[in-house]
Amino acid sequence: MSDENPKPDGEPRRNFLAAMGAVIAGGLAGVAPALAGVATLLDPLRRTRDDQAMVMVTKLPVLPADGVPRKFTVSTDRVDGWTTYQNTPVGAVYLRRTEENELRCLNVVCPHAGCFVNLAPGATHFACPCHRSRFALDGSIDDPASPSPRAMDELECEIRNDDEVWVRFQNFQPGQEHKVPIV
Amino acid sequence: MKAMLDWLDDRTGYRGLLSEALYERIPGGARWRYVWGSTLTFAIGVQFVTGLILWAAYSANAQGAWESVYYIQYEMWGGWLLRGIHHYMAQVTVVLLLLHLMQVVIDGAYRAPREVNFWFGLGLLGLVLALSLTGYLLPWDQKGYWATKVATSIAAITPFVGPEVQKLMIGGPEYGHLTLTRFFALHAGIIPAAIVLLIVGHIYLFRRHGITVKDPDHAPDSMFWPDQIFRDAVAMLAVMATVLILVFATGGAHLGAPANPTEPYAAARPEWYFMFLFQWLKYFPAGWEVVGAMIIPGMIVTVVALIPILGNWKLGHRFNLGLMASLIMGVGLLTFLAYAQDGADEDFLMAKEQAEQEAHRVQELAAAPTGIPPTGALDLLRNDPLTQGPKLFSSNCASCHTYNGHDGLGAPPAEDPSAADLHGFGSREWLDGLFDPERVNTPEYFGATDFRNGEMVRFVQRGIPNAWTDEQRAELEYVIAWLSAEAGLTRQQDLEEAEAARIERGRDAVVNEVVDCTRCHMVYGVGEQEGPELTGWASRDWMLRMLNDPAHPSLYGEDNDRMPAFGADEILTDRDMGLIVDWIREDWYRATDSQE
Repeated sequence: MSDENPKPDGEPRRNFLAAMGAVIAGGLAGVAPALAGVATLLDPLRRTRDDQAMVMVTKLPVLPADGVPRKFTVSTDRVDGWTTYQNTPVGAVYLRRTEENELRCLNVVCPHAGCFVNLAPGATHFACPCHRSRFALDGSIDDPASPSPRAMDELECEIRNDDEVWVRFQNFQPGQEHKVPIV
Repeated sequence: MKAMLDWLDDRTGYRGLLSEALYERIPGGARWRYVWGSTLTFAIGVQFVTGLILWAAYSANAQGAWESVYYIQYEMWGGWLLRGIHHYMAQVTVVLLLLHLMQVVIDGAYRAPREVNFWFGLGLLGLVLALSLTGYLLPWDQKGYWATKVATSIAAITPFVGPEVQKLMIGGPEYGHLTLTRFFALHAGIIPAAIVLLIVGHIYLFRRHGITVKDPDHAPDSMFWPDQIFRDAVAMLAVMATVLILVFATGGAHLGAPANPTEPYAAARPEWYFMFLFQWLKYFPAGWEVVGAMIIPGMIVTVVALIPILGNWKLGHRFNLGLMASLIMGVGLLTFLAYAQDGADEDFLMAKEQAEQEAHRVQELAAAPTGIPPTGALDLLRNDPLTQGPKLFSSNCASCHTYNGHDGLGAPPAEDPSAADLHGFGSREWLDGLFDPERVNTPEYFGATDFRNGEMVRFVQRGIPNAWTDEQRAELEYVIAWLSAEAGLTRQQDLEEAEAARIERGRDAVVNEVVDCTRCHMVYGVGEQEGPELTGWASRDWMLRMLNDPAHPSLYGEDNDRMPAFGADEILTDRDMGLIVDWIREDWYRATDSQE
């Protein structure tokens, strides 16, 4: 309170006690809703992605032998807030054969700002439609002018039981120089 | 700092506003009796804050409303406390509003020039009640769903435009997504905005006319800040303490089972402060509802709104006091009658008990590792043998069978039982009774059926005690162990794994015809098909076949007593038969299963 304001009547000490009391009582009255509200708002911080087990994505013969990437949907069980989905699409990957029995797997999400990267017509390279990042078929940055800070995110993949293609599907923090998984 | 504040004051004039707000002179001094308005502002403020945060986790759709409220209540940090405060503060707000209104009427604070402010206050009361009504539906549980249906059905009796009014309220011909989106828009957007406008107007007019002071010489004048604010703050703290006591004493706001349009809900009741209306409507016979629900309440509201005008008459204030007193007594009496009648109503109490069980059960199922499916939590209950089994048994099986002596739901059977008691069917205990000469011919087993004089009864009562050798009788406990193992009951699994040798011995005794079961029964290709097949006896598949067609040659054949072919004659669906069988086999999800 500044000096221009009219002072309340009465004894200053009494007024001071009343003011203190008002602030304390009013503050206490707000504690419970404030705590409950802040706790609820912060709840997402303790949520983590479920264990990132490998999932089967396709069968080997589906992949072209000439090394052209193909896009596949990754489906797995997923808990979304209050709903539990069984075997639901959670993301997509590009799979490419490098040898007869060797695979490379890239997450379709652009490491720059999270857009969905397209396979360019003619399958010569990957092109991000948002900010024009360009990646070679192996995921490395193709055009030095690309805004992406790193190559496309490679995912662990393997062949099981002769022809099953399994992928460990993960998303990574965009905009950083190194791959940091989102958990 | 000072320079910055000066700059801000220069641009906004906040100091003037602040000092005007804080240094209102109170003739006769600050008093505890002036706190009600401030506590109401506080209560509504708490509702705004808690409501906005609840909004950040709430989903207004028919497969997400209950589910998201469940998530808030049982999964989120502090969610139960947040929701509990919002729930009970809503009720406290209604009480505070009524106290405030009573005080205004008693003090005559409605008199000129304060008429308009009285009407603003009444408007606020109406809006707060509308918030309660719309908020009650949002969790989309049985209680809110059915209670709100009553309210919107009342809207449908509005003369001339009833059906249209109802359709606009619920967003179409049926309750569903749009009912929730519309109620939520009203609850969290439109009504709160109207409340803010009315409160601003209410406080503006209050400041314009000043406090209604009865005895200005009570004490020296004082200022709003800090004397009155101190009292207001203590009163706010008391309001919050009351709410917290309610939250902790009740464990927070209740969440019933998910709304189910196909399941009768006899326990549907509105919030307690609407119970007088609920009771009131009982007195209006068909065709007169519009009188009870609209014309009379409308007249009462009109008279209450006229209080400031009536107060100008010589006896007006007394009339107003009498009006308030009789309204309070009338509402009190109706509320009392409503609760007294419910308390004496067996059906209501049973429905309430069952609702409580389902609320608990669905919460258990939602917390299971399988979680809530995308089709919503209602499917958890619909597919739960523990929930559906007793109902299906009671309406389809209990005309002949009993379950532990009752009809499945716990009521005594309507007719004397005329077929076996199926509690524990397939278990060793159940078979011990079947092979007990004392019990086999009681209504618990064959005593009330066509088979009471049949081969099996004679075999148990005379064959085993008289015709069997000691060696054969020694096999009986192994035979029972084996036969029960054919049922493959989950709850006997551990025991049966441990006793594999005893079960093997029982089976050998039967198949090698050491005992003479195969004289009438078929067992693994050995024996006669006179009585029901014992291969896989009482297994899930065997029981489903029995429900499907008991007169099948491998079961009772031509000797089938009165049991209907529930499947073959399409009396029950495969799903329903599965639920009955799983319930009898006690095969349902248990919360402890996952903790092991």
